[in-house]
Amino acid sequence: MSSHVYDYLDGNAAAGELSKIFALDVTAAEGQCAHCGASKHFAEAHLYMQCPGVVARCAVCGQILLRLVTIRDRALLDLSGMTYLSLDTSQVE
Amino acid sequence: MWHVGKVTALHKETATARTIILEVADWPGHVAGQHVDVRLTAADGYSAVRSYSIASGPNSEGRVELTVELLPNGEVSPYLSQELTVGDRLELRGPIGGWFVWRTHQTEPIQLVAGGSGIVPLMSMIRSGTSARSAASFRLLYSVREPAAVFYSDELQELTINEGLSLTYAYTRVAPKGWPRPPGRIDTTLITDATWPSNLRPTCYVCGPTSFVEIAAGLLIASGHSPEMVRTERFGPTGDRK
Repeated sequence: MSSHVYDYLDGNAAAGELSKIFALDVTAAEGQCAHCGASKHFAEAHLYMQCPGVVARCAVCGQILLRLVTIRDRALLDLSGMTYLSLDTSQVE
Repeated sequence: MWHVGKVTALHKETATARTIILEVADWPGHVAGQHVDVRLTAADGYSAVRSYSIASGPNSEGRVELTVELLPNGEVSPYLSQELTVGDRLELRGPIGGWFVWRTHQTEPIQLVAGGSGIVPLMSMIRSGTSARSAASFRLLYSVREPAAVFYSDELQELTINEGLSLTYAYTRVAPKGWPRPPGRIDTTLITDATWPSNLRPTCYVCGPTSFVEIAAGLLIASGHSPEMVRTERFGPTGDRK
């Protein structure tokens, strides 16, 4: 058994913070990694929270998909690591 | 965005964990598997937010149950698991998540794999299936340190007798006397013996600490389950968030 350090969670853990920005659920959204092209649900991304914000990395290649930093009344969102995010609108009233 | 929940009851699960039963006046309702963010704010304005899975099944009474385990050096869990009392109020954001969920229209076999307190959202799924009289057959593989660390043990026992729940405990440190399997991590043999075979195309839900989820999901996929049928939720101590 390897002594791998698992210092990440997954996209589910970022959904509360992202609900301040997105009206739709992001965990079930499918996003494509801009680096390796893998399309996965955002819930499957590896999430790192031991930093001033949250960083989501592609579960396949490890590159950054999303960064979110909130400072006082401003949220900074970097989505440049995803070519698209496909969201389910059926739950919208 | 933030709801206020009033604590109506507290129920001890283990020496270090308890279930908090909340009544949330404007609760929009939840689906099994979802979680909430809980925000605690100190008198000086400092606040801390943590995510907790919902243990209760969907209901129309605005009832939300959270089972919280005390984490050593935790900032929020000591208060929730030890100090909070009936009548206190908590701020909740949610329900959150639309992927790690079980919906009552799903009729395929369901394989649940819990590591420690990862049982919480899976219990919500079992409760949801029971109250909806679902045709889906649930199997639960529950990896837990020792018998005394099991959450919801009486209810799980009752569900195996009366509701046809198939339940296998996998003890990692201490097993009851005469238990057939020596304590240890889950492995290929256990996955083969205690879970739905992959040719029945069950949807698998795996929840627990990240190390557990990686191992369990890997074993399921290695035993023939399609990665798209294995849904995971990882939890663990996280950095401070505001």
